[in-house]
Amino acid sequence: MHKFLIHNQGDHVGVATSPIKEGEKVTGVYMDNDESMEVTSHGDIPLGHKISVVDLAKGESVVKYQVAIGETTEPLAKGDYVHTHNIKTKRW
Amino acid sequence: MDQLFGYRRENGKVGIRNHVVILPVDDISNAACEAVANQIKGTLPLPHAYGRLQYGADLDLHFRTMIGTGSNPNVAAVIVIGIEENWTKTIVDGIAETGKPVTGFSIEGFGDLETVRQASWKAKEYVQWASELQKVPVELKDLTVSIKCGESDTTTGLGSCPTVSQAVNRLVDAGATVFFGETSELTGGENLIADRMATPDLKDKFMAVYNNYIEEIESQAVDLLGSQPTQGNIKGGLSTIEEKALGNIAKTGDKEVIGVLDPAEAPSNGNGLYFMDTSSAAAECITLMAAGGAVVHFFPTGQGNIIGNPIEPVIKVTANPDTAETMSEHIDVDVKGLLSREINLTQAGDQLMTCLQRTVNGRLTSAEALGHQEFVMTKLYRSA
Repeated sequence: MHKFLIHNQGDHVGVATSPIKEGEKVTGVYMDNDESMEVTSHGDIPLGHKISVVDLAKGESVVKYQVAIGETTEPLAKGDYVHTHNIKTKRW
Repeated sequence: MDQLFGYRRENGKVGIRNHVVILPVDDISNAACEAVANQIKGTLPLPHAYGRLQYGADLDLHFRTMIGTGSNPNVAAVIVIGIEENWTKTIVDGIAETGKPVTGFSIEGFGDLETVRQASWKAKEYVQWASELQKVPVELKDLTVSIKCGESDTTTGLGSCPTVSQAVNRLVDAGATVFFGETSELTGGENLIADRMATPDLKDKFMAVYNNYIEEIESQAVDLLGSQPTQGNIKGGLSTIEEKALGNIAKTGDKEVIGVLDPAEAPSNGNGLYFMDTSSAAAECITLMAAGGAVVHFFPTGQGNIIGNPIEPVIKVTANPDTAETMSEHIDVDVKGLLSREINLTQAGDQLMTCLQRTVNGRLTSAEALGHQEFVMTKLYRSA
């Protein structure tokens, strides 16, 4: 059973559809083509919060819905919990 | 889909509710309106905070909202009460263009008690007349539907907004009219909406409206960062305004946008999808959309917004399994199966369309049953 969903191929983050525990190996499904992937989580991730599915350097765009939703404020590793502590808007 | 039934009004527009509204022109006429509504059962008073010493575009919006609210096809007849005769008459004359019964009363020179006496007699006549109006067969193309989400989280973008998107596409294909708005909350995805405008002129108009709203916010020497995303949004997992906007836009379908409306403006470019310049605050937004003629509203929510509207029924949709459980009394359409992949988007769209049909045909929404009647006027600047 999947524990997170990714909107589109090429997106950098998925969204937890069940709570995910640190160290847990979890399956994610791409909503656009039903392909699945596996990631080991680096943090406790509440339902609705994001998990990184790629490695990103500091200052890189974070892509979801095939669109940049902000940029990293520190390097991100695949499996990291992604939220306001490590990404920010590009608008301000 | 089963046969839909609605009230066809004097001007041909179709409503799905049958209100007799007691409408105050101004704040100080609220007491008289509420007294009439207390006296005559089945009437709907709409007390509000404004209507004195307004001027310019702000006064225009006040009149447009008042006239639009009274003109909404969910309204059978209207009693208008104001302190002065002239503004009362402006609103009565505006509503009268629909052909529906409307009578105005001004309090100056009579006092509250005499005004309430006269208005109550007229309200009784209207409510008894309205109670005998019959619903007739109508079609989807006769409906004007508004959409706006609230207390959004990532499940909104994953589930409830794409569900509404399904319904929006089906409605537009069927020839209905749909409004979306929330100008500031398009930030980060405004170009996606601009690209869907039917003509270059509309695209320019949309970008001018959008930029004007953002400049207005920035002129207060603040940015949206403090309020957008909201604390509720962040708790729900949304990290940035762009992410919130993309989830928001995910409810608008993929049809071209055939008009850019001022707040509370009725569409004049035929049936289809329209953008209306509105606040992203739920009560203000839906009040403006109802004043523009919307008769039913789709409201996707993640963390659980409880908004309702006195004029148009609000249908709540959630894909958040926690909200569906802990706030179930507020939810009309539960599509949490989208997150567990037990249902697909087509099935979720079917669920929402079925709820729409039942709501049109008379089933009270959760917000109606719970008594949510948030009528909140938009004010552009302080009064003279």
